[in-house]
Amino acid sequence: MSFSRRDFLKASAAGIVIGAFPGLAFASSELIKKKGQRVVVVGGGFGGATAAKYIRKWSNNKIEVVLIERNPMFISCPMSNTVLGGGRTIDDLTMSYDELKKKYGIKLVKGEVTAIDPEKQTVMLANGHLKYDRLIVSPGVDFMYDKVEGLNESVANISITHAWKAGAQTVLLRKQLEAMPDGGVFAISIPKGPYRCPPGPYERACQVAHYFKQNKPKSKVLILDANPDIVSKKGLFMAAWNELYPGMVEYRPNALVSKVDVASKTAKTEFDDVKADVLNVLPPMKAGAVADMAGLANVDGRWCGVDFLTYESKVHKGIHVIGDAVSAALPKSGHMATSQAKVCAAAVIELMQGKQPDQNPTIANTCYSMVSGNEAVHVANVYRFNVEKQAMVAAEGGGVSAKRSELEGAFAGYWLKNILNDVLL
Amino acid sequence: MIMSRTLLVVFGMLFCTAAQAEVDKHARNLAASCSACHGTDGNSEGGMPVLAGLDKALFVNQMKDFKSGARPATVMHQHAKGYTDEEYELLADFFSAQKRH
Ligand code: HEC
Repeated sequence: MSFSRRDFLKASAAGIVIGAFPGLAFASSELIKKKGQRVVVVGGGFGGATAAKYIRKWSNNKIEVVLIERNPMFISCPMSNTVLGGGRTIDDLTMSYDELKKKYGIKLVKGEVTAIDPEKQTVMLANGHLKYDRLIVSPGVDFMYDKVEGLNESVANISITHAWKAGAQTVLLRKQLEAMPDGGVFAISIPKGPYRCPPGPYERACQVAHYFKQNKPKSKVLILDANPDIVSKKGLFMAAWNELYPGMVEYRPNALVSKVDVASKTAKTEFDDVKADVLNVLPPMKAGAVADMAGLANVDGRWCGVDFLTYESKVHKGIHVIGDAVSAALPKSGHMATSQAKVCAAAVIELMQGKQPDQNPTIANTCYSMVSGNEAVHVANVYRFNVEKQAMVAAEGGGVSAKRSELEGAFAGYWLKNILNDVLL
Repeated sequence: MIMSRTLLVVFGMLFCTAAQAEVDKHARNLAASCSACHGTDGNSEGGMPVLAGLDKALFVNQMKDFKSGARPATVMHQHAKGYTDEEYELLADFFSAQKRH
């Protein structure tokens, strides 16, 4: 995407070298020689790291696992809105991949996948290739910048952030809020669903309001929602806005932002132009780019259809997709990605051992949202496999918090600790 | 041959409970979704209750009380309602067999 002229020159220089040595015509070497049964996992987020760990754990280390990840560290997106509110720093959310290597013997390859060959069961990276028996793709989401005129990746990195993957943009957004004058406007634009983390934008509105309340009480939070109504935990978020931040948060439904002006930080909706001091635009989302490489995104060209007993792709046998990239009536959350990853890990082991996978997968999801410095609300559901629908369907009895509470604020922190440990340690 | 057969028998006796717990992969898979809050194999490190090594009867009773509302909860009533009584037994078998760290 950010393929520069310099990279191009390097690549073509490499091409000439390959041309000169026909023996290297396949352009790459096998990065780690495949000996026994091997699973390659692409993407070390909540889904991918969990799948990698649990395949090792549940196969008694019999199956070799190679995990490909481009980032040097794991940064948790869940709870990263609290960096904006001031409750956490990005370092609090950053963890190393070392234990996955040391404790589970997972082979970590730092890099980016450039191509997938489902027939040859090979993934290509810039510096070589890897062979697999089964491939698990956990690519998260990518942003459809072309749906918002004026927006692109470099604008997002320096000016109109999305901060919808925790990291540098999260830190930048916090700095923008700190630099904003009191009496200014923070505007967040929410795309039509499905998008990653349904309650996340409303939690973010709370965290920014929490920061304003303490530091810039004359400022405003404006929510431009492309959806016709608040997507998740509506009553709880509205109560938080009205009771904790009266007069500060304004919610506008059916406000689809189709264009931005970068210089004036203006967002254009069908009805009006909204000028903000800090503008935060979540572009529409789709399965991460790796999914495109093997044509896995077969639903609307955006999401990946899978078999819910195994998470095997509907497009290619032997390739599994988990997490936000999956097309399903399931929330795109960290907990959900880990739950899917475990069903997938168990099924992959069974399939590789010639056995039948669990025919009745039942998984849980909970999303905690911090509505102030120390209070949280949640939504929780159990999902069961429905044979007629061949889909995961919410069981009776799920729901949201009775009210926001400090007790749940504490539980949200414990949840973060336990889930990060479950994924990485 | 004789040696390995003896070993097998001894191992079989030693790891009887562990092996049984391992056999029910469906129980293990069900329990795996709980670990986001209760830690891997129920070994919570934060302030969430530890489930590893919990007494079976106590475990099942807690789940039933969450479902009926007899035990007030922030979130467990909603999770408990998603599972059947038979699944409570499976989950109790699994967690009671896990070592506490
Ligand atoms: C979202 C986090 C979350 C998930 C997921 C979760 N629990 Fe809980 N669990 C809690 C909390 C919090 C409590 C304390 C009661 C409450 O406030 O709901 C609890 C309490 C319990 C208790 C009572 C323990 C005791 O010693 O009193 C049991 C048993 C239990 N959970 C079992 C489970 C099982 C089994 C699952 C998976 C099927 C599960 N939990 C999934 C958060 C969770």
